[in-house]
Amino acid sequence: MESRRNRAGMKTMININLFSALESVFRYSFMQHAFEAGTVIAIVAGIIGYLVVLRRTSFAAHAYAEIGFAGAAGSVLLGINPLIGLLSASIIGGSAIAVLGRSASQRDVEIGSVLAFALGLGLLFISLYTGYATEAYSILFGEILGISSGSVLLTLAVSLIILAAAAVVYRPILFDSLDEEVAEAKGMPTLLLGVIFMVLLAAAVSIAIQVVGVLLIFALMVTPAAIAIRLTKKPVYAIAISVLVALLATWIGLFISFYEPYPVSFFITSIVFASYLFVRFVYPK
Amino acid sequence: MQSEIVVAKDLAVSYKNKSVWKNANFSVRRGEFVAVIGPNGAGKTTLFRMLLGLQKPDKGTIKIFDADPRRGNPKIGYVPQRHTIDNDTNIECVELVRLAFSGNRWGFSLSSRKEKKAADEALAAVGATELANKSLASLSGGELQRIFLAEALVSNPEMLLLDEPLSNLDIRRAKELVELINGIVSSRKVTTFLVAHDINPLIQSLDKVIYIANGRVAIGKPEEVLTSESLTRLYGTHVEVLKDSMGHILIHTLYGIQEEPRRDEDHDKY
Repeated sequence: MESRRNRAGMKTMININLFSALESVFRYSFMQHAFEAGTVIAIVAGIIGYLVVLRRTSFAAHAYAEIGFAGAAGSVLLGINPLIGLLSASIIGGSAIAVLGRSASQRDVEIGSVLAFALGLGLLFISLYTGYATEAYSILFGEILGISSGSVLLTLAVSLIILAAAAVVYRPILFDSLDEEVAEAKGMPTLLLGVIFMVLLAAAVSIAIQVVGVLLIFALMVTPAAIAIRLTKKPVYAIAISVLVALLATWIGLFISFYEPYPVSFFITSIVFASYLFVRFVYPK
Repeated sequence: MQSEIVVAKDLAVSYKNKSVWKNANFSVRRGEFVAVIGPNGAGKTTLFRMLLGLQKPDKGTIKIFDADPRRGNPKIGYVPQRHTIDNDTNIECVELVRLAFSGNRWGFSLSSRKEKKAADEALAAVGATELANKSLASLSGGELQRIFLAEALVSNPEMLLLDEPLSNLDIRRAKELVELINGIVSSRKVTTFLVAHDINPLIQSLDKVIYIANGRVAIGKPEEVLTSESLTRLYGTHVEVLKDSMGHILIHTLYGIQEEPRRDEDHDKY
């Protein structure tokens, strides 16, 4: 009797603590902004990530991040919002690769060469910029805690466009990803679909960079989807799981980072990686 | 004329500006089961690409259903040689078949009853109902080919183009698949072209053979085409067709025995 009452009491205490902890986290507007942006980005990354894994274009996704870095560094130099530079550079780069055809997006050597050049270009822009080097650091590794309310709105707008477009092209892209030759023979516009997908991917990568940065982009764009694909055979469920993993990692990462003096990106990548290890080695097939 | 589904007159094609074959004349009637055979790089897949409207002839005409070939003809079901299904393709079979039914439609919706019914029927037609909810990644070569066949059948085509469906199967599985295809050909009256390396699993079911070699195309009943005289004429060099007591044949050319596929060249795109 006694112990049960104790346990019940402890439970309410934890509930109250968690509640008050969340309350104190959301008291700060920078945390609110981070949660708002982090949430929409995780949803977009989870959905687009599923198609990335299915189409085997993870390496291209990484390249877009690095092309975006050059764009972001360039706009820091020019004094514009880095998100604009990110979006325009990676979308232009993305369309260029997509126009070359799907097999081009799987050519590791070519993409690797472009990627290295873009990173070098970004480095030049950063060194030309006489301000703080922290700008480069936050583009490379993510800095969601400092996100401005303007960037939150821009992120939301871009996300809504990506989600609307993804809903329209979902079925043709899914089929094209699974069976490109039959899709082509059926008269589907496979090249156009590839370009649309790459543009959506580039936009998604650009906004996701704000959370985990250029170099850690896989943590949101690839690993959650890879986890989901191991857990279910149904695409709709896989997308739901992929979104859920990205969301939980982002939320928990942000929450911990409020109390611990380490980067959010570290917590997010660790949570995602731990989940991946779990489904890969512990979860029964 | 109604029953002539494909008519080629003085047809010539090339691949990457190199002539593949020319002076081809053939016709195929509704419901015929036709094997397309010949050495690697002879231009078998090129014939398919032309029927699919993905490639134009250099010379001559080809009519299919009394019209020019066009891309996206819903009367054709196509099974290409595959590469993309691997261990990471953890997607249930029925999803692929459903997408083949409605994948060309834009907009997001959960699967409709009509789509589900079509997919279930196509899977039943190839005896793969029990594979519906299995992952594509977990299937054997023969099971995969049945799913691809269902994928092609789901839109109720009048013609099937099957590119090397037997290439990775052992002789027993190959014969099972041929029996299945033959059943579909005769019950649905669907005109079927099947590219193969080895004629033996097919020989009993075929109506016609299109033999492509040496830039030339021969067509006829298997017993007409697969003779030493006819193939010697086609290759332009001495060819012997050997027959064993079980009716299996072996085509012996200057380049070696043509019966076994040369795996290293399996992925040629001719």
